[in-house]
Amino acid sequence: MTTEVTAERSSPKPEFTDAEAGAKVFPDSTARRYNYYTPAKRKQSHYEDVTVEVQPDPRHYLAQGWLYGFADGRGGYPLTWTALKAWGVDRAEPERYPGSGGKGYEWPAHGWHEFRDPNEEWELTFYRNNSNVVRQINQNVETARQTKAFEQWNPNWVTFVERNVGAWMHVEHGLGLYVFANAQRRAPTNMHNNAISVNSMHRIRFAQDLALYNLTLSEEIPDFDGKAHVETWAEDPAWQGVRRVAEQLTAVDDWAEAVFAANVVFEPLVGELFRSQLVQQAAPGNGDFVTPTVVGAGEFDYASRDLRYTKAMFELLTNDKEFADHNKAVIGGWLEEWVPRCLVAARELQPIWSQPDAKPPRFEDGLDRAKSRFSGILSDLDLTDPKELTQ
Amino acid sequence: MTRQSVAMAHEKIQELAWEPLYHTPVSQYGTDYTFQKAKKKDPLKQVLRSYFPMQEEKDHRVYGAADGAIRGNMFRQVQERWLEWQKLFLSIIPLPEISAARAMPLLFNNVPNPELHNGQAIQMIDEVRHSTIQQNLKRLYMNNYIDPAGFNSSLRNFQNDYCGTIGRQFAEGFITGDAITAASIYLTIVAETAFTNTLFVAMPAEAAANGDYLLPTVFHSVQSDESRHISNGYATLLMALADEGNHQLLERDLRYAWWNNHRVVDAAIGTFIEYGTKDRRKDRESYAEMWRRWIYDDYYRSYLVPLEKYGLVIPHDLIEESWNQIWNKGYVHEVAQFFATGWLANYWRIDPMTDKDFEWFEYKYPGWYDKYGAWWENYSRLSTPNGHHPIVAEDVDYQYPHRCWTCMVPCLVREDMVMAEVDGQMRTYCHEACRWTDVEAFRPTYQGRETPNMGQLIGKREWETLYHGWNWADVVSDMGYVRDDGFTLVAQPHLNLDPKKMWNLDHMRRMGPLLSPNVVLNEMTPEEQQAFHADYIRGGPAGRPAPAEA
Ligand SMILES: [Fe+2]
Ligand SMILES: [Fe+2]
Repeated sequence: MTTEVTAERSSPKPEFTDAEAGAKVFPDSTARRYNYYTPAKRKQSHYEDVTVEVQPDPRHYLAQGWLYGFADGRGGYPLTWTALKAWGVDRAEPERYPGSGGKGYEWPAHGWHEFRDPNEEWELTFYRNNSNVVRQINQNVETARQTKAFEQWNPNWVTFVERNVGAWMHVEHGLGLYVFANAQRRAPTNMHNNAISVNSMHRIRFAQDLALYNLTLSEEIPDFDGKAHVETWAEDPAWQGVRRVAEQLTAVDDWAEAVFAANVVFEPLVGELFRSQLVQQAAPGNGDFVTPTVVGAGEFDYASRDLRYTKAMFELLTNDKEFADHNKAVIGGWLEEWVPRCLVAARELQPIWSQPDAKPPRFEDGLDRAKSRFSGILSDLDLTDPKELTQ
Repeated sequence: MTRQSVAMAHEKIQELAWEPLYHTPVSQYGTDYTFQKAKKKDPLKQVLRSYFPMQEEKDHRVYGAADGAIRGNMFRQVQERWLEWQKLFLSIIPLPEISAARAMPLLFNNVPNPELHNGQAIQMIDEVRHSTIQQNLKRLYMNNYIDPAGFNSSLRNFQNDYCGTIGRQFAEGFITGDAITAASIYLTIVAETAFTNTLFVAMPAEAAANGDYLLPTVFHSVQSDESRHISNGYATLLMALADEGNHQLLERDLRYAWWNNHRVVDAAIGTFIEYGTKDRRKDRESYAEMWRRWIYDDYYRSYLVPLEKYGLVIPHDLIEESWNQIWNKGYVHEVAQFFATGWLANYWRIDPMTDKDFEWFEYKYPGWYDKYGAWWENYSRLSTPNGHHPIVAEDVDYQYPHRCWTCMVPCLVREDMVMAEVDGQMRTYCHEACRWTDVEAFRPTYQGRETPNMGQLIGKREWETLYHGWNWADVVSDMGYVRDDGFTLVAQPHLNLDPKKMWNLDHMRRMGPLLSPNVVLNEMTPEEQQAFHADYIRGGPAGRPAPAEA
């Protein structure tokens, strides 16, 4: 590095401008809050400030309307991309014509804008949380490796993990990308779409956590087959029910149905059944204290964050002041379809309960717990159990 | 990460994807492009295990700098001239960012390459990061800068303001229409690869020169994600090029995307950098110089031209024409002059230019003073209310321009204005390339080829029409451009915060009614329209009306 300076360096000169808050008094000199929305609680939260109204709405301030449309002429975020409705949506968009002016409806114009992510996720919280998770997983796996913890595993358990825990990574990956990343283009507000995109990354991260854990196991356990998960997912009859539902979830057009079916139906009846009622229960008896920490991180994201925002989102709709009945009827139809599909997937998974040497609690008991967890979620949402649940 | 190398980890996560057997993912976004299944490597090999801590580390630096700026009283040294323009910029940019996130799924179904989807998902969350980090920066300005007006209303005002609306296309172009046109060519190949350098590198440098070192911290952090996005776009482009049948569409989309980005981004960023700065050192680069370096040399010569050998038809003519617009036709100066003409319909304050500014402009753009000097002297003269109207309603040798239906920047280089009757309406365009975009490119057939997935230009594309016949006081009230006393305007054509020097609704009330140029044009007979056009294109530069016929 050279330190020689030959010519006078040209740089801007700082100037005292006194452009600090409070330096003068004038109209608006103390108006220091975003004034275009009403907060959910008394005070505007930091989360709301960075989230609300970033995605505009022609019923608010988007006086000139959307500027670019699809081939059918629709632009932006059509409210008809879900069959669910929030109060106010049947009022027409304000009409614009020469001299019409640009006034929209009073905030929030319709019920969709009332949703707030209870996790208050934005950039700062999101990276902090997920960095903590990957750091924690790294440490747990690294400690296990150093302490040779994998040597304690029962031989059948090694097979169980390479095949079944391995297979689960595909579920997370497929739903993360093709259900949740896809859905974040489609909901009517920025609050919805940001929450859904965070959910998407939880799943993609969990999928990668499982894949990289699988890679570590291939390196640490002599006969561990790092490719067995691919064949299990593709061919094992026990997994084809899960795979069928996972693929079917990606085929749903209605974004709210996709999020509901995945987080409210599939997760409790299949996801938690497999993870909490099987893996987490069976692992310790088979000498494995590591897998539960990896799987538990994903489980925690679902149970404490993703389900939480999902409930807040659908609670508003099932209690909507205008469309509660309509929404419950639509959701009832979804339940009639998705509950049997998920129960079939759950039952087809049953054979893997007998694979570990040290047996987990009975499948039927696990399924009962999963069902009662599921109906608890439904009752929180003011929904009733579908008759299909008793099958 | 643990012992596993990034390459091995990345190889491993390729095992996650699977071919659907029972149900195929829903197809919601059409494209007229075709793609062959091809193994294309994700060029960046990003694994979330390392991605999250890397981003968190960047955040520490950003938030550390934010704390430091407040503790160090940064706002005692910030130039108001500069920060006022941030009211416009930071009102626009969070929407394009979040729209880039929303655009990613447009690619999933259309680009049959799971390895790229991983990179697209990471781009999605990067863009959520960008949008919220920028909203947060704006919030910090609102809380700490002397005049919060305009920051506090930004997401309302940008949606209906004529400058904000110009910027909004930068967002909407990403998320609608043909999926590849939007999310790949417009967003990644042109907006991100060509123009983020001026947005996120050139502009922050100017911010720092004006006492604001927070904007550079945030935007360099944003820019550091951009190389990954550019690689996503490049990989998709190579796949598209592999199919001969796409070449015609690629040619169309590059022309549209290039020209629209030039019109929109150069208008806004050019104005911020040239007219929003107090830094008039002769050796600081002008926007034209930066453009030549970042966009012409780095993007056009180094990135685009090498793609010619793969069959990409590059819009050489439009790229040269953009330079011609900036260098010979004063595009940025015309825009800045127009933005200042319409100051009263905005939500920030626009500082007059001084002799020092004039000197710099003349040095950087020889001949500037003869064209624009007198007008800016009038702007200064008319900046505080003193019995006269705002400059737009005074006789200063300036003809209020018609708006371009496509890019929504007015037709400022008067000689280039073209007209076309579309859907029973006479429309004006700033340039033949914008006419082509509306009349030929955004249509269900293109050069005889069916393009059923191509998008449409929709919406009420000029704000004046919504307020045709209104009194100005009612216009600015309806738009929400009034301060909390219900009387003083947010916008001002100067930086003096003494309420006695500020414009208010009474001043607006006594102006004549606002007339929409497009409504007036459509009330003319065809002969009158032709005469109007012939006259319009003889006008300029600097908005001067056509000289009387000899
Ligand atoms: Fe971005
Ligand atoms: Fe244009």
